[in-house]
Amino acid sequence: MGSTLALPGVDVDPRDAARSTAALRRLLDALPGVDAWGVEKRAATLATRSIKRESKAAAIDLAIRTMDLTTLEGADTPRRVRSLCARAVRPDPADPRVPSVAAVCVYPDLVATAVEAVVGTDVLVASVATAFPSGRASLAVKLADTSEAVAAGADEIDMVIDRGAFLAGDVAKVFDEIVAVKEACGDAHLKVILETGELATYDHVRRASWLALVAGADTIKTSTGKTATNATLPVAVVMLEAVRDFAALTGEARGVKVAGGVRTTKEAVRYLVVVNEIAGPAWLTPDRFRIGASSLLTDLLLQRQKLTTGVYGSADRVPID
Amino acid sequence: MSERLDVRRTSKLFIGGAFPRSESGRTLEVRGHDGAFLANAARASRKDVRDAVVAARAAQPRWAGATAYNRGQVLYRVAEMLEGRAAQFTAELAAATGDAEAAAAEVAAAVDRWVWYAGWTDKFAQVAGSVNPVAGPFFNLSAPEPVGVVGIVAPRASALLGLTSVVAPALVAGNAVVVVASEDRPLPAVTLAEVLATSDVPGGVVNVLTGQRDELAPVLAGHLDVDGLDLTGMAGATVEELAALEVLAAEDVTRVRPAPAAEPDWTAEPRGVDRITAWCDVKTVWHPKGT
Amino acid sequence: MSRYAVDLGAPAWEYAPAPEARELARLGTVPQGRLFIGGAWVEPADGATMPTHSPATEEHLADVAVAGPADVDRAVAAARDAFPAWSALPGRERGKYLFRLARLLQERAREFAVLETVDNGKPIRETRDFDVPTAAAHLFHHAGWADKLDWAGLGPAPRPLGVAGQVIPWNFPLLMLAWKVAPALATGNTVVLKPAETTPLTALRFAELCEQADLPPGVLNIVTGAGATGAALVRHPGVDKVAFTGSTAVGKDIQRALAGTGRRLTLELGGKAANIVFADAPLDQAIEGIVDGIFFNQGHVCCAGSRLLVEESVHDAVVARLQHRMATLRLGDPLDKNTDVGAVNSAAQLARITELAAAGEAEGAERWDTGCTLPDRGHWFRPTVFTGVAQSSRIAQEEIFGPVLSVLTFRTPEEAVAKANNTPYGLSAGIWTEKGSRILWLADRLRAGVVWANTFNRFDPTSPFGGVKESGFGREGGRQGLAAYLVPAGEGGA
Repeated sequence: MGSTLALPGVDVDPRDAARSTAALRRLLDALPGVDAWGVEKRAATLATRSIKRESKAAAIDLAIRTMDLTTLEGADTPRRVRSLCARAVRPDPADPRVPSVAAVCVYPDLVATAVEAVVGTDVLVASVATAFPSGRASLAVKLADTSEAVAAGADEIDMVIDRGAFLAGDVAKVFDEIVAVKEACGDAHLKVILETGELATYDHVRRASWLALVAGADTIKTSTGKTATNATLPVAVVMLEAVRDFAALTGEARGVKVAGGVRTTKEAVRYLVVVNEIAGPAWLTPDRFRIGASSLLTDLLLQRQKLTTGVYGSADRVPID
Repeated sequence: MSERLDVRRTSKLFIGGAFPRSESGRTLEVRGHDGAFLANAARASRKDVRDAVVAARAAQPRWAGATAYNRGQVLYRVAEMLEGRAAQFTAELAAATGDAEAAAAEVAAAVDRWVWYAGWTDKFAQVAGSVNPVAGPFFNLSAPEPVGVVGIVAPRASALLGLTSVVAPALVAGNAVVVVASEDRPLPAVTLAEVLATSDVPGGVVNVLTGQRDELAPVLAGHLDVDGLDLTGMAGATVEELAALEVLAAEDVTRVRPAPAAEPDWTAEPRGVDRITAWCDVKTVWHPKGT
Repeated sequence: MSRYAVDLGAPAWEYAPAPEARELARLGTVPQGRLFIGGAWVEPADGATMPTHSPATEEHLADVAVAGPADVDRAVAAARDAFPAWSALPGRERGKYLFRLARLLQERAREFAVLETVDNGKPIRETRDFDVPTAAAHLFHHAGWADKLDWAGLGPAPRPLGVAGQVIPWNFPLLMLAWKVAPALATGNTVVLKPAETTPLTALRFAELCEQADLPPGVLNIVTGAGATGAALVRHPGVDKVAFTGSTAVGKDIQRALAGTGRRLTLELGGKAANIVFADAPLDQAIEGIVDGIFFNQGHVCCAGSRLLVEESVHDAVVARLQHRMATLRLGDPLDKNTDVGAVNSAAQLARITELAAAGEAEGAERWDTGCTLPDRGHWFRPTVFTGVAQSSRIAQEEIFGPVLSVLTFRTPEEAVAKANNTPYGLSAGIWTEKGSRILWLADRLRAGVVWANTFNRFDPTSPFGGVKESGFGREGGRQGLAAYLVPAGEGGA
């Protein structure tokens, strides 16, 4: 097998692009284009993979294990967050073999509540920050938002990029903001939300992915879940290609998170297939892949029960939060 | 007062834009309908065929690469030049057939036929091509392209109109041609070559060979650099003769227009573009649509 | 380093076998030892049969009839008898029969897909998602032409030719049947079709669809057999038009056999397509296109992109990525829905692939394959790529018709075109670049009947397909494809 996945025209170490705006632009300009139909065809073909029996059981547990169980509602309350955390730790009270999810994802003001609720468990607390979901605030506000979440105990920060700046060509502004937020994160892991629905083209998704990776994103994330277009399979393909190539060139494994609109086991399994076949099986872990979802867990548990018992279940028998 | 002695023309081949004698040094005596001596036409050899095919192959890409508008103007220029030499053609045809009135009509029809085909250069692709509504997000376009070098056995009886009717359509799409002229009546073809030489037709795009059909046709049919073979001038040949030529053509999957049972009535207006598309292959190009 | 106490690491997530149900092929009901002639299932005159095997398991599937000259006579006579009424039928009615066939095929798509996979060895993913639906689409498309032939480009009221003798290959058995039968029947011809020796089963099953559709007897006749049956059919004096898809060598034989007869012929023959990748290509999609181009259907594709021409500056990057991608190809049980590469169709084809690959090595090219495990039984060949291939090498010149890619390089667009065209073949070509003007420049210059730019191996009933040079003549699909089965009113023909 080819030892490295070199990218034509890309410097040996793409992280060098962090040195200057000119270097960053050179890197982004050198990235190969993405043919829309081609990537959609690839995703559609992978979507035909038939995952059955034991591989489906493994996929369901993997989907649970990689899930950021999310609540991002204006109506969220500490009580609801605690309930969510209980479910995150033990998704199926009737079956202790069901693994915990990877993290709970909440707004910054509810981080402390969540941290308290998951203390002593394997579940991390993630917080959206930086004026989520629009990101339309000053850098100072974004940094304060981040610092507050980190101070409250967040393990992970989900920031949004300035899509307006990106589309206007001001890649330096986007880059600098990520760098600044990364610094504010301290030890917390940084997930950078590209909001791919607003970036509109796969070329933009690819460039934004690399921009975020070079700026220090631990994970690149598709979307906020708050716009019309959420994660899609082809977008995941493009982002996983970026992470795969970045790892091949730097030796650093970064993660991908798909978010928004993933509601069924079938969809979740398709994402796992894409992770498996694009980035490789080494990415099938919560350290490198996440599914951000709120309602997906119910279907996963229903499907899991079906596999375990052979009987089709009822949503009424699965705790909703 | 003594009559002035006319200066006669040496009848030559037309290869690569030049007028060589046959490399074999052979000639073929041409006599008129009344048996009177007309000329010693060059009797082309297999090597002359080879040279002609080489010249055609070399000239073809540029001819095909010229704009359709340009090819149209060049073919129209042939009509202009032919019109200017109508008297000469009429005399030659009359000498061959003995029918001066028919000869004049044939020349006029030949001029008109060049004009007709000249007009097709920038139109036939719209008739023979298509935009294909495939079931997917693709630009999908089909257009006819020239096959390359077309070998033509020209009609035996109709030495100018028949010749024009087989050569002109092959040129429309951008093919180059090697044509074996009527064995019995080669002189109009020789004169047409002189017209072509003065009509902006690039050298090598049309190559005219005079000589014995049955000697030259197999060489043309078997040549691996001949992409199309028009056997119209083999009308009346036996099935065995035709089969032998087509077997030779099959060696490299040459496209063949088989011989008709009898020489067609060339005075009839062409009904379609089949003689153009016969020397074309349709090329289909796909490209995805997306942002 | 995981941040989790329980580090799942990289769990071994293997896809469990997901086999399509073999019994859907209903092998027990395949008409054995019979030919479909004149609407009836008849035994061949001499009772001869031949076995057909599964390429993936080598198990015996059925014994099908071998049509001899007398049987071909009978089939041509049946087609001749059926021709007057069929050609006189209003196009609207002919079209309705074809619409019926399209619908019947869609209804029984799963059965046909399984049967094709069992008989041919190609992955069920391809028969399910490509072969069968595309075959149905061809029938549906041409059904609509039957009453619109005045717009076929041959002037008003064009006429059919008569009896079409059609010989099809083993790589896309049902799809090639549809490509041949649909335009022939839509235009009012009747047909005698000979499926390939190693893949006769879906054609026989298609005859059942004709029965279910109440297609008039003799309109479509199916004679199974080997090369001798095909030779008898294409040489039969009662056949007015011959359509052949297969090797260039056999195509030339047919052209010779028809020399001097005045019978119409279309040939869709071999290829050695160049797939040209420029440095500015959409790289990941180009890799997919390369993989699709040569490993689709185990490379048993006449238009396969078997010569990869890579711009020299990106050769190493492209090859590394290609190998990385090839390593994820799943070879094995063709009935498994997750199989990407199935079985080679026959022992003979496997021998040819093996021989040519050995020749490539002997000529000094560097051989690399995925190293994947091959099943114990059946005919298999690992996806293979040769680098350092000289233009003069046999693996750069000869059609391998298997999952073997030869990689060559170029420095300029002119050199790419020169190398691409440096072959007697001219079926297809691929171009990968983000520069539009370069695509169009190349598309003009590539001597090929089909040019795929930033895609590869796409087919559609509306899109004319066929070759230039020794890849054959005539087109299949679209308006241009109809011309192979029609003459203008007032011209020769039946």
